[in-house]
Amino acid sequence: MKKIKTATSAIYMAIIFLFLYAPIFVLIVLSFNDSMSRTVWGGFTLQWYANLPFNDTIMDALFTTLRITICSSLLATVLGTSAAVGIHHMKKHHAAIMLGATNIPLLNADIVTGISLMLLFTRFTSLGEFSVVLAHITFSVPYVIFNVLPRLQSMSDSCFEAAMDLGASPAYAFYKVIWPELIPGVLSGFLMAVTMSLDDFTITYFTKGAGVNTLSTMLYTELRKGIQPELYALSTLLFLLAFVMLLIINFKSRNQEVKNEN
Amino acid sequence: MEFIQFDKVSKSYDGQLILDELDLNVKENSFVTLLGPSGCGKTTTLRLLGGFEKPDSGNIYLNGTDITLLPANLRPINTVFQKYALFPHMTIAENIAFGLKIQKKSQDYINDKIKYALKLVNLDGFENRDIDSLSGGQQQRIAIARAIVNEPKVLLLDEPLGALDLKLRQSMQYELMKLKQELGITFIYVTHDQEEALTMSDTIVVMNQGYIQQIGTPEDIYNEPENAFVADFIGESNIIEGIMIKDELVQFLGVQVPCVDKGFGNMKPVDVVIRPEDVELDQPGKGFMDGIITGCIFKGVHYELDVQCGNWEWMVHTTKYFEVGQQVSLNVIPFNIQIMNKPASEDEEVLKEDDK
Repeated sequence: MKKIKTATSAIYMAIIFLFLYAPIFVLIVLSFNDSMSRTVWGGFTLQWYANLPFNDTIMDALFTTLRITICSSLLATVLGTSAAVGIHHMKKHHAAIMLGATNIPLLNADIVTGISLMLLFTRFTSLGEFSVVLAHITFSVPYVIFNVLPRLQSMSDSCFEAAMDLGASPAYAFYKVIWPELIPGVLSGFLMAVTMSLDDFTITYFTKGAGVNTLSTMLYTELRKGIQPELYALSTLLFLLAFVMLLIINFKSRNQEVKNEN
Repeated sequence: MEFIQFDKVSKSYDGQLILDELDLNVKENSFVTLLGPSGCGKTTTLRLLGGFEKPDSGNIYLNGTDITLLPANLRPINTVFQKYALFPHMTIAENIAFGLKIQKKSQDYINDKIKYALKLVNLDGFENRDIDSLSGGQQQRIAIARAIVNEPKVLLLDEPLGALDLKLRQSMQYELMKLKQELGITFIYVTHDQEEALTMSDTIVVMNQGYIQQIGTPEDIYNEPENAFVADFIGESNIIEGIMIKDELVQFLGVQVPCVDKGFGNMKPVDVVIRPEDVELDQPGKGFMDGIITGCIFKGVHYELDVQCGNWEWMVHTTKYFEVGQQVSLNVIPFNIQIMNKPASEDEEVLKEDDK
């Protein structure tokens, strides 16, 4: 009986993993395929990867993406961290309202967020890299808040008071006592913001305007034109990047838990 | 001028009055305990003095200077917090040095102070340990060390022993008293534990619902409680309604008993307090009242007896064993009968009602 149980659960897990990762596996295999066909295996090659740096469209999109991601993640981290500190010190009732408002960008359908931001930006500014950065900040801030807030809540409020009591000014007390405790949360919030910004397509697509392409929007337009194995290679690299970042975030939070338990 | 003076200090949170025109004077170099049930305003009083709260009205003076609006970081006062509030990412030495670094003391001075403070709290050699590696009692001692290296004029302690087990709490009580003598500074201590208050303080301030109920030495508070709340909160007691017939004669439960109190007037309603350990049991007919034992519980040092006399049940502590159902008589020497005025004002009445 027990054997059947373990066997069933193993098979079930295998099927889940198959459904989740088979498509990505196909993509990775095709990125090493020495043939323009999607169905014929023409032997192993690294040619598509080697071609990447010489493809202007791809490199252009890569640098645009990096600029947007770094700018938006850094700004979102600053905004989100300050917001978390503010929310933490609000009265319960007000904090609940703020958290609800923070949840909206997370729950809202991307396409609705994208369209509303586009409408707003076309009214007040032009669409371009700048508007994409603003849009990315909008959806990244909640991730930072939700990473920083638990750190604040797990901390005893009396630490700040103790620092004041020992003669520290409020600013010095924050820098010396609160900030060091927040850093892990701020870092994982930043990494989440980077991940979200890197792989966002919908919102970017609506707010980018003509001529600006990030990796994801570029992939979309290029794939419609026809098969380019370089794009498989690029997609594989993007997947690996997101995968590694996820591992880092998980590993960090696991470490944190172990440390808290001790 | 008093060393610390609260002058008509009021404070409320979210429309709820916590302190109502509190007046309190504290002498320099005394060990004062604010004692009361939770929500009585004792911690608020401490936080006002520490500078973590501002009063709604009234003033607080330290050594004659008005410090009502002075922020916490500029007051020559340090606090030992209830949950220790040690900085988790710093070593013990860094924790203790925190205040001294802000005062820009030299590294040599700081090192000396750390050594001295750790010795004082019996934790020599703990400089580079992590906070997490310490037990609750050790963390508490580090919190004390961190506060006293700054040589405050007043040390505030907010239920610092609350989280410790009984044995550790008792030994820490003696250490705190020793520390107090060595440092020669004013200690203001907040607790809801009456035994702790009786053991350590020179002066106890009993508080309830934002009002001071009684201020006095531990002996005064225990032996001569001024009202039913104090009598009931400090130790256990039999509180009985009675009538003061005349000076040195009180009537309660239908009998007239001589006492030593005077000046209450004739035929005045009063509360009579008799401590359970002051009731003496004897053969039936020998005391002022007969009764029957209805309960007997062994408590270690003594037995706790319930004695039914008519429709009143006495609590009696005795070292002798009595059978349940045994007939006895009760006696109390006049000196051990404490007479208290009935609450006169409406507020006092409220306090008494709540307590029941």
